[in-house]
Amino acid sequence: MADLTSNFIGIKSPNPFWLASAPPTDKAYNVVRAFEAGWGGVVWKTLGEDGPPLVNVNGPRYGAWHSGDKRLMGFNNIELITDRPLDLNLREITQVKKDWPDRAMIVSLMVPCEENAWKEILHRVEDTGADGIELNFGCPHGMSERGMGAAVGQVPEYVEMVTRWCKQYSKMPVIVKLTPNITDIRLSARAAHSGGADAVSMINTINSIISVDLDTFTINPSTGGKGTHGGYCGPAVKPIALNMVAEVARDEQTQGLPISGMGGITTWRDAVDFIALGAGNVQVCTAAMTYGFKVVDDMIAGLSDFMDSKGIRSVDEIVGKAVEQVTDWQRLDLNTIVKAEINQDSCIQCGRCHVVCEDTAHQAITQMKDGKRHFEVLDEECVGCNLCVCVCPVENCITLRELSVGEVDARTGKRVSGEYANWATHENNTMRVS
Amino acid sequence: MNQLKDTVNTVDIKTARLNAEQYLENFAEMHSPLGETEALVEADRCYFCYDAPCMTACPTGIDVAGFIRMINTGNNIGAARLILEENIIGGSCARVCPTEELCEQACVRNDQDHRPVEIGLLQRHAVDAAMAADKQFFERAPDTGKRVAIIGAGPASLSCAHGLARHGHSVTIFEARQKGGGLNEYGLAAYKMLDDFSSREINYILAIGNIEIRYGQRLGDNVEFASLHNDFDAVFVGIGLGSVNNLGLENEDVDGVMNAVDYIEQIRQSENLADLPVGKRVVVIGGGMTAIDIATQIRLLGADEVTLVYRRDKAAMNASEEEQKFTQVKGVKIIYSAKPNQIQVVDNQVYGVEFERTRNDENDNLEGTGETFNLPADMLFKAIGQAYEAPSGTELTLMKGRILVDVDRKTSMSRVWAGGDAVCDGEDLTVAAAQDGKLAANSIHQYLIL
Repeated sequence: MADLTSNFIGIKSPNPFWLASAPPTDKAYNVVRAFEAGWGGVVWKTLGEDGPPLVNVNGPRYGAWHSGDKRLMGFNNIELITDRPLDLNLREITQVKKDWPDRAMIVSLMVPCEENAWKEILHRVEDTGADGIELNFGCPHGMSERGMGAAVGQVPEYVEMVTRWCKQYSKMPVIVKLTPNITDIRLSARAAHSGGADAVSMINTINSIISVDLDTFTINPSTGGKGTHGGYCGPAVKPIALNMVAEVARDEQTQGLPISGMGGITTWRDAVDFIALGAGNVQVCTAAMTYGFKVVDDMIAGLSDFMDSKGIRSVDEIVGKAVEQVTDWQRLDLNTIVKAEINQDSCIQCGRCHVVCEDTAHQAITQMKDGKRHFEVLDEECVGCNLCVCVCPVENCITLRELSVGEVDARTGKRVSGEYANWATHENNTMRVS
Repeated sequence: MNQLKDTVNTVDIKTARLNAEQYLENFAEMHSPLGETEALVEADRCYFCYDAPCMTACPTGIDVAGFIRMINTGNNIGAARLILEENIIGGSCARVCPTEELCEQACVRNDQDHRPVEIGLLQRHAVDAAMAADKQFFERAPDTGKRVAIIGAGPASLSCAHGLARHGHSVTIFEARQKGGGLNEYGLAAYKMLDDFSSREINYILAIGNIEIRYGQRLGDNVEFASLHNDFDAVFVGIGLGSVNNLGLENEDVDGVMNAVDYIEQIRQSENLADLPVGKRVVVIGGGMTAIDIATQIRLLGADEVTLVYRRDKAAMNASEEEQKFTQVKGVKIIYSAKPNQIQVVDNQVYGVEFERTRNDENDNLEGTGETFNLPADMLFKAIGQAYEAPSGTELTLMKGRILVDVDRKTSMSRVWAGGDAVCDGEDLTVAAAQDGKLAANSIHQYLIL
């Protein structure tokens, strides 16, 4: 039986699945339900400065993009940080941590970019017994217009400065949550690193508009006839998040900086993707908001069974296992030649491989053989682009076969050399390095 | 003789075998329509195949993958336009087509998860939406002044009439009965098409304008083929099959022996199902859709024992596997490989049928085995097919007993086209009739504008 216990920057939890700072972690009631359901930890919904609480809109806060069969693919929200009094939140955090000592309790924070404001709140959070703090530099809506959230996260100098304050005025581990609404996430990660962050967490939500109501021409969701951009998350953002996690994991300047990964994690498979690309643990929100807290059962069982099947004993063994296999385009081996192959026994004759190849790619798949519907790859045309594999509805019906050394590529007539060669040194590259 | 008398005394035919609730339940719609979400989920299962096999399998060539995609994107109206463009009676075909042998049989999903996309129900979803919105897609071309006579107001004729009207020709339909729709109105099992869908569909089709239906006009009776041929620029014959095949036994005209098609019509036209006489033990002879429809319905009307007897084996049966299963689930017993030898009668009333077991000989011809058995029967239904009956005054060349037509549905007579069940090589399907009408309309149009 695999050991799922997690020790992320010294914060222990029975499993690596934390609930992200979001509506599910807004108050004790929800968090206790989450712990009862088996979640390893929570990042308590972002606290702000003391004083009159914020107010949320009274119209809809969430919007969703569904697949045809009504599965939620993408989700956005315009909810703000907590709208409950600071005292109340701190009291509840204290109590819950006391009642659930084995679970990770992280408190998300967002106060104005002033040293005193941070100093003031940090010691009050410390008094709750929380295990750590997460700096919310990511929220793209509502708070950013007030000079907080993404407005801080988008300026590396601010990220570094606030991180430094937190490290200076608190003994708690500091996780800096990064916004994806920037050009190069590595700059923010580097800034957090320079500021002394114990870890970064990523990604926060992405600026988004879900859709337009075609009857009223208002956007979805809207309040009083107007809508605004909200933070996008859910399954649709996972590939974006994975890339950002990998970029930070393999960046020379931030290598080794722990990452708490998040962005569309719905299943244990998603979680393993993040962990393999460098995340030390993962955070989840949309999946819980779509299905309830019970989804963690599958995550825990799936991860455990997966580890057992691979002979992996601890989650740490997976962390970063795929990072080395990520490289820049110009480092890809141009002498690896692949061809698509269609398994005629499992082909259901839908013809989608043919039509997409014919219309939009390389005219490398037949549609007819001896007057019969028949789909077959023409090696002399196939560039191995993988489009047919992507659109085929049958699992493993179309696969890519790597040509072995000495084999002739029917398209180019060249023999596979087996020697590594990339664009950086290619003769057609006028900027090649010799 | 005493034993015989006892049997006769037990002949049991009566009305009102069930209570009102049971009739309602038994004659509820066979397939309930899809809800909006169901339709989206089902449409999402469609792979949008290249050169989709379902489209090729549809006799009218409906762009199935295309219309399903439109349903999937929330455009039911666009989907209906695509359907009706190829088949103006797409609404009734969606209800009555044996899709399991046509589009749904061709669905690639069969190979993957043994469950095709529910194309019939999706088609119905789209067409019903358009009809509910009273959305008309087609306009008449400017009046050409050409006049076409159509004989019969069944599916082939309606399809032809609409095609001609779109081209601007004016159409007069001569219908023998008091309602149009043909088999949709008179020949279907009641649970296949509920309410007055057939007549609503006719109204929807007629809305294009310049199609007149004259009811009570029977060829050779109060309207002459020759005069129509003279008075109109072209004639389309869509009169279906006029006579019913007999068993070729003695006593076929005694009480209790009936043609299935007649009784199906009675059920379909009945105001109150409780008024219909139903035997306690019923035997149906035949192997096609009509046999299934009468056996199932008589069972649903409250018959205790319904036995469908087919002379050949299961595989040879015209009714699809799905239809056979359906009737069996409803409680009908099917006996394969037996042919009727004798209708047993006393006092001019059937009380039983003697059957003989059959088998195929070396040359695959059917032969009796000599082994016989008796089935008691208060009612006996003949459902062994129908035949084309040439109306007086027509001199159309026939093939295999039906009207010979070419690929454009043109007959041997000049200016005469034909379609539907009356023509040779027909598949006896509503959807094939729709295609006949469409092709004939195009061909007639080409001729008229020459």
